[in-house]
This record gives sequence, C-alpha cells and structure tokens, in this order.
Amino acid sequence: MSTATVTLASALVAPAPPGRRLYPPLVWAVILAVYGTLVLLVPVLHLAVPASSPLHLSDYTVTLLGKVLCYATVALAMDLVWGYTGILSLGHGLFFALGGYAMGMYLMRAIGRDGVYGDPVLPDFMVFLDWKELPWFWLGSDRFLQQALLVMLVPGLLAFVFGWFAFRSRIRGVYFSIITQALTYASMLLFFRNQTGFGGNNGFTDFKRILGFPLASSRTRVVLLVLSATLLLSVLLLCRMLVLSKLGRVITAIRDAEERVRFCGYDPVSFKLFVWTLSAVLCGIAGALYVPQVGIINPSEMSPASSVEIAIAVALGGRGTLLGPILGAGLLHGAKSVLTVAFPQAWLFVLGLAFIVVTRWLPRGVLGLLWREGRP
Amino acid sequence: MRSVPSAERLLLLFLLTAATARAGEAVPPEQRPTTTLDAATLDRLVDPESRDATVTALVEATDVHALPVLRALLEGNLYRGPAAMLVDHEGTLQDALTGAPVQVDREQLESVTINNRFRKTLERSVAALSLSRGSASDRLASARVLQDNPGPEVLAAVQKATEHETDREVREVLRATVAMLSLASPDPAQRLAAVEELRRVHAKRQLLQRLEVEQDPTVLAALLDAIRNVDLALQRAAMVGLVFSGLSLGSILLLAALGLAVTFGLMGVINMAHGELLMVGAYATWLVQLAFRGSRHFDWYLVAALPASFLAAAFVGALLEVTVVRRLYGRPLETLLATWGASLLIVQAVRMTFGAQNVEVSNPSWMSGGVTLLPDLVLPWNRIVILGFSLAVLLGAWLLLKQTRLGLLVRAVTQDRQRARGLGVRTPRVDLLAFAVGSGIAGLGGCALSQIGNVGPELGQGFIVDSFMVVVLGGVGQLAGTTIAAASLGVVNKLLEPWAGAVMAKIAVLVFVILFIQRRPQGLFALRGRALEDG
Repeated sequence: MSTATVTLASALVAPAPPGRRLYPPLVWAVILAVYGTLVLLVPVLHLAVPASSPLHLSDYTVTLLGKVLCYATVALAMDLVWGYTGILSLGHGLFFALGGYAMGMYLMRAIGRDGVYGDPVLPDFMVFLDWKELPWFWLGSDRFLQQALLVMLVPGLLAFVFGWFAFRSRIRGVYFSIITQALTYASMLLFFRNQTGFGGNNGFTDFKRILGFPLASSRTRVVLLVLSATLLLSVLLLCRMLVLSKLGRVITAIRDAEERVRFCGYDPVSFKLFVWTLSAVLCGIAGALYVPQVGIINPSEMSPASSVEIAIAVALGGRGTLLGPILGAGLLHGAKSVLTVAFPQAWLFVLGLAFIVVTRWLPRGVLGLLWREGRP
Repeated sequence: MRSVPSAERLLLLFLLTAATARAGEAVPPEQRPTTTLDAATLDRLVDPESRDATVTALVEATDVHALPVLRALLEGNLYRGPAAMLVDHEGTLQDALTGAPVQVDREQLESVTINNRFRKTLERSVAALSLSRGSASDRLASARVLQDNPGPEVLAAVQKATEHETDREVREVLRATVAMLSLASPDPAQRLAAVEELRRVHAKRQLLQRLEVEQDPTVLAALLDAIRNVDLALQRAAMVGLVFSGLSLGSILLLAALGLAVTFGLMGVINMAHGELLMVGAYATWLVQLAFRGSRHFDWYLVAALPASFLAAAFVGALLEVTVVRRLYGRPLETLLATWGASLLIVQAVRMTFGAQNVEVSNPSWMSGGVTLLPDLVLPWNRIVILGFSLAVLLGAWLLLKQTRLGLLVRAVTQDRQRARGLGVRTPRVDLLAFAVGSGIAGLGGCALSQIGNVGPELGQGFIVDSFMVVVLGGVGQLAGTTIAAASLGVVNKLLEPWAGAVMAKIAVLVFVILFIQRRPQGLFALRGRALEDG
C-alpha cells in the first residue's frame, strides 16, 4: 500500500461520527441493573444470607456465574472479530487458555510449600517428573505483576505474529478459520506433552491462594466475581466505543466488501490486525480471571471443540450486536451446566441442534428476534 | 552334550534300550525313538540335583517319547503320586510312564515345581525335541523358541533337523540358530562361517556379544565387518519402513481428503462432519461384518462392506446436503458451524445406538500377516491392501470426474457456477450428487480405516484438521494436488517422528502447512481464476 493509504492511527484518533450514542436509556437501564445485581445482590445473598435460607446462593452458583461472565467476555471479543470484521476464528480458545496458563503459573507458584511434595519452589508436577529446577520460562512466575502482564502479552504477541502472516497473505474466509483451528489443535498437542513444562494433560490445579487470599474462601470468590462482572462491563463499553468510532465503520466495511475498502485507500491489514490482536488480549484477560474461579486449567481448553463453542455462543446471541454474544454465552453455558448434570446424553444433541437451528433459522441470533430493525 | 558324564550316558542307553518295546505303541515306525523313559530317568528328571543333565541327555538322544512328560513338567502338570509319577492330561490323571489312567485322590498328589532357569532349559529341550514334529507352522514355532533362547545342548538336534527340514522358512530359522550356537565353537573356521551366516540374517546382538570375547584376529575382523554391514542394512530397512509407513499414513489421509476435495472445490464449503462420514463408513463395515460372523464366507465380508459403507456414508452426506449445506448457500462460515453441529449430532447418535465403547472389526484372514521384505522389515498386508485400495479409489474418482457426464457437470460447476447454470445445468442436482459421492468416498475411507485402527464414535474427529491440511496444501478441487499433498504429508510426518517424537512431528507438519499457506494461499496446484475474492 502506498503512503496515501489511510492507516489505523488516523482512524483511531478520529472522532466518532456524530449522532450516535453508546446505548439508548432503556438498554442502559438493563445493563446497569444486571451489573448491579451481580456486584451488589449476589455478594449479599452469598455472604450475608445464612446457608439455610432459600435465598442463599451456593458456592457452585457463584462460581458458575463467574465462569459464565468470563465466557461472555470471550464471546464479546469474538464478536469484535467475527460479527464486525467478518473473521471467523476457530481458535479463540487458544488465547483464552494462554491467558489462563499465564495466571495458572502464578497460582501454582503461590501454592508454595503446601503442595503434595512440599517443594518450596517447584510445582508438584515438576517434582513428579523429577525436574531439579524451574525451566527458563517459569522464571519470575511467582511475581503477580509479571504474570498479569504476560496474561495480555502472550496471547497478544501470538495473535499479532499469526495475524500478520495470515492477513498479509490475504488468507480469509474458511481458509483462515481452518488455519486457526489447526493452530489451536497443534497447541493442544504441544501442551499435552509433559516435556512442554505446563503439567501435561492434567494442566494446573489444586491452587491455594491468590495474592495471599485463600481461594477457597467465599470473600475471595465474591471479589473475583465482581472483578469478572466489571471486566465484562468495561470490555462492553470499550467495544461499543470502538464499533461506533470511525475504526468501527472501517472494519464493518471490511467485513462487507474488503476489496472495495482496499480500493478506497484503506489498508485492511492493519485494521484487521489491530482488532484481531485486541480480541486475543481480551480473551487472555478473561482466561486469567477464569482460572482462579474454576480452579483448573488444562489443554482441553485449547481443543477445537471449545473454540467452536465460543463461535456458537456469539451466533446464538446475535452477531454484530455486542449484547447478543453476552446473552448467547449466558444461554449456552447456563444450558450446558444444567443439561450435562440432568441429561448428559441429551446435551450434545442440544448443542448440535443449536448449531444448525441458529445458523439456518436465526442468522441474527436470539437478540435478532427481540430487536427487529434499528439496532440500539 | 560334552558336559554329560559318560557313565550317565551309558546308564541312559541301557535303560532306554530296555524300555523300547513298551513305548513303541503310539509312535509311527519312522519316528520310533532309539531310547525312551523309564522310572529311574523319571526320578532323576524331578530331582533338582540331576535334572539338567537328564534333560540334556534326553535331547541329545532325540528321545521324542520324553516329550509328554517334559511338557507336563514345563506346564506344571507333573505330579508325584503315592506310587508313581503322574501326568494330568486334560483333567485325567495318567501314569507318566505308561500313559494308563490312574485313580488317585488328588489330595495325595504333590506337584513337581521347577525354577525359572530350569524352565528355560526345559522350553529349549521341548522345542528341540519337537523340531521334526507337526505342521510347518508348529515346527516354525519350535524353531523360533530356539532362535530366541539358544543353548549349546540343542546344537546337535538343530543341526540334524536342519538337514531334514523341507520348509524354507523353518530352515532359515534353524540355520540362524545353528550359526548362533556355532559362534562359540572352538574351531575358528566354523566361527567364521557362523559370522557369515549371522551377517546374512542381521543378528546384530549375537555378533556384538561375540565381539566382546573373540580372540582370533581373522574372526574379529570378520565380526567387525559383519556388524558394520548389518548396521547399514538395518538403517536401510528402517528407512524403507519409515517411507512405507509414511505412504500408508498418506493413503489414509488421501481417502479422508479425497471426498472433501471434491465437495470443497465444488461448493466452496467446508464440511466439518466429513470425519464423521468416515466413522459412518467404519460402522457400516462393522455391521456387515456382524452379519457375516460365523458364515463360511466371512473372509469375503469386505466385498459386501465396501458398497455398504459407500452407500451409508453417501446417504448421510446427502441428508446433510439437503437439510443443512444447501440452505446455507453462499454463507461458508455459517456452513462450517452448522456442519460442526451436524457432526456432534452424528457422533452422539452413534454413541447412543452402538455404545461409547470401541467396536471390534476383525481383519479377514487373507489380510493378516505381512510380507517379509528384509529380515527386519515386515510390511503388514492390511496396510499394503489399503495403499492399493486408496489408489483404486483415486483412479475411480478420476474416472468419475473425467469420463462421466456427472464429472463433466461437476467440473463445469466448479469452474463457473453462474455460467453453468445459465447453460442449463441443474446445479442443485449436481451439488447433491457430488456431495453424496464425496461422502461415499469418505465412507470407503472409513471402511479402510476399520481394518487398521479402532472403530469408535470419536473415530472421525482426529481427521478434521488433517484432511483439511491435505486439501489446503494440495489446492482446491485438484485430485493430483490432493494425492501429492496426502503422500508428502504422510511421509514427512513419519520421517520426522523418529527424532522429534510423534506429537512434535505432527506439530511441525501443522506449522509447515501454516507457513506454506503464507507463500501459496492457493495450494500446490492452484486453479487459475480471475476472481479476486475467492481466487
């Protein structure tokens, strides 16, 4: 592209087109009500209401809520690349898992002497493998700040390098989707190996504390839930601002007619790369919040199936709506946790049918049913 | 032999001649032994002090009549009874010497126990004595026992058996055993001959063992030369074996990817349930096999399984096309997701119908075993058959595309859908038929897979990524590209395996394909087109 190309930077700083609000008042009210419930009502019901009361929220429910919030953040990040930019990634689970692993490394080191083998430095699985010292990539993993940075850097860097190669070669459509699937599949195989240094197929588990706070306590759980809800709200606002900005118009145009955008003097590669990398970073942060709440991270998060589930959550809620994916993630994972317990045989049927029904009959998702025209 | 005291041999000879008449009953005249067992020998056979020498003497004398007792001793069926030694022959107690049934209370019996060292000697002796008995495969089994576990006392017996042996394979094993044993011979000339023989059969271990104790310079030189020679041959064999297993993997990838290449090239959609069509084909094969079980024609069930697996997979594929793929025309990404959903449905339906466990599909007898190409390289028949089969399917697909009217229409629609429709081609019909044929080819692949691997509901899931790599690497809608891509991916994968490990090899291949796509997004053999968007 020549110097005349409109690049990313100018689009980022340009003011949003006039006449567009973030959300109409009614939608704002709903968003704030849900957020308020999560950060005020849930902690009260969990901590203050005695366990005997029917209003009491169990540990399981709070953890489930936190989990769904993390998945919703991932779905939101996915909506940015798929719903708005038209890039279907079948490998977003990888970025989520990488963020989770970076946080898991810190949590493993924070176990300290309380592990099964009581080694002050080495995590249990390394003692089990008879390793004598930490591999180089574990250096400094006991520092929370470093790992928190890695949570964003590792998925971001991987996405940047991968996207740079892929977008420059104009790989798109189903080719891109399949290659992202191959990427996450290869990473899963890599992480399954014990020699890779991330606990093999057991991954990381048996965490004890985070920043000195015990993970088993209700208060820590509530704090993590509030953090997850806040993360989701911030990501929602960030994405909303992005898609309403000039950049948002450009990426939507790329989705609809990439070649025309190119001929209009815009460089699609830098726009796609920016959105793609940002999305990966958001997934990494969500993964980092997911791990302490669920208490385990293993390579199955990188399986092609988990990544496809992210995509279907987005499609179920409604692509290109931002609120839809949140709804979709809630519906999907809510249904999953109910059905896998109640009717384990039926769950895969429901999931499989969801894929077909949503793509065939609900191209705009559940939210599309509610909002016929004139998106908020 | 030489360790047996001569007094004992004399005694044995004496005893054995005395008992010849009684033992002769059940034995054909030509196998009539020169010696046989009697009570004293039997006593010495169960006495830990003298049993080694006694067994050695029996082998030396080729006393085939001692076999039942030796076998009983080996299998723990020899008992010390109140009056005489007894053998438990399939539940009935018999006198060890006469074979006459005996009524004894089992409480009074005491089993004769042996230790592991003596067990080895016994195994060897039993094998040595059975060398000239039974069918060729029985003799081969005996010869293999001796080859794996040779001992100096069987040398004479093996040499004698070698002279009389008529089966080529058995003779080879026997010759190798003789060579192993005569490697310890005091005569350097014999040792040289043995080295030469062992070089021929690639018995590296024995050569290395001898290398440590050999003193004679000529034999030493011959040993070193032979070991180098064997090393080279082993490397060559390993290489050929690797390339073969790579081609074998490639043939499976080809079967998995061929149908996909047709449908992807034609409609530009990726069928994520393609792996499940393989699984459907494998289950169809299993069902046909069940129907043939117990029949005389079991060995030929594959002939019926081939059309069955083709039709089953083609039917499921056609159903998928009509209900899902057709409805999402022009929305390839949604098709990806919808077919993924369909794959979940198929897997779960199979799991609930046939169970989550793997089912067993047995090879027909003509497919078991293998071709011994080199002493260290056996190519399994089932892999060879599948290699040939995949080529046959490739030929069939090529003929279908190039020689039939359907093929012509498929090619026309692949190249320019709009214009083909404008010229009156009923594209929906072509789509449906091509999709069904592509799915049927996957079903054939499943039938082939059932012959070499486990058949379970998750069979197809491992193939999604792999077969797409083949299609993407080979270029869309290109049979030649698909073939070359499948073969080279298979071979590269297998060649990397020895020094990178199976998982790392797979990862390396995936990374290679990802990088390759950067350079040539259209694959090895690109269709030349003018379209900017899909080109």
